[in-house]
Amino acid sequence: MRQSIIQWFKFGSPQSFYPLAGRMIPWFWAAAIAFGIAGLWISFFVAPTDAQQGEGYRIIFVHVPASWMSMFLYLIMAFWAGLGLALNTRVSGMMAQAIAPTGALMALLSLWTGALWGKPMWGAWWVWDARLTSELILFFLYLGFMALQAAIDDPRRADKAGAILALVGVVNIPIIYFSVKWWNTLHQGSTINMNKAPSMAHTMLWGMLLMALCFWMYSIAVALTRVRAIILERERHTEWVKHAVA
Amino acid sequence: MQWHSIDEFFAMGGYAFYVWGSFGACALLMFAEPFLAKRRLSEVRQSLIRERLADELELQQKNS
Repeated sequence: MRQSIIQWFKFGSPQSFYPLAGRMIPWFWAAAIAFGIAGLWISFFVAPTDAQQGEGYRIIFVHVPASWMSMFLYLIMAFWAGLGLALNTRVSGMMAQAIAPTGALMALLSLWTGALWGKPMWGAWWVWDARLTSELILFFLYLGFMALQAAIDDPRRADKAGAILALVGVVNIPIIYFSVKWWNTLHQGSTINMNKAPSMAHTMLWGMLLMALCFWMYSIAVALTRVRAIILERERHTEWVKHAVA
Repeated sequence: MQWHSIDEFFAMGGYAFYVWGSFGACALLMFAEPFLAKRRLSEVRQSLIRERLADELELQQKNS
């Protein structure tokens, strides 16, 4: 037990996490590409035409994964930021910093694909609806987190300030998730409901899940690449970095 | 498969702009982001290598 806890703390040090991340990245890329090929194949060639929305509904295969990842990555980012704040582990803050741009990208893609879906189906690129507005706030929270960290020179203090912002912002995640239930919105209800069988064709569901897995593996691969850069940037004056980069 | 020709596939039942605009934006950003992340990593590695070479050069000059 104690041994395994020590193991975890070992990977909390940048020195051992840097090579570990380097070894993991190719595997996540391989998984992302495999899931992506399978997901795209189903999205375009297996999933049937929708009875109401025709071929336009196929935007769902990128819109839903991007939206899920934008919310999920925020929770992961806040988790690492909070862990860093509580335990003062060094890699935690770097992980939070590495995840933020990918989360912002997912939020942007969610808004973008949502606009392109909204225009033909609702007749408007954008409406100030609860779901859309709360997702826009999520995008701004990511930008705010990145801007705040960039504005503070001392990385440890930047981590602490960023962590507080990230943790306060977590309140927005359930608001996004439940917005379609709590308010009357133009946005359709959740596609997958825990309590009842999914209302969509099975092939559509599979396409969406595979694409979500692709986006997930992609996010891990990119965040790990970025965290390696951040580790070297922050630890550049240490002895181990001088040996690690030959 | 519901497509009878390539043209029909690209037309997406009249939703071509919206469907390809969505998938295209995802593809573009999801190619650009890893590229930028890798460049950031290689930039810091390059600068560390330069730094080390400079240190070695300094050491050599001191010794000679």
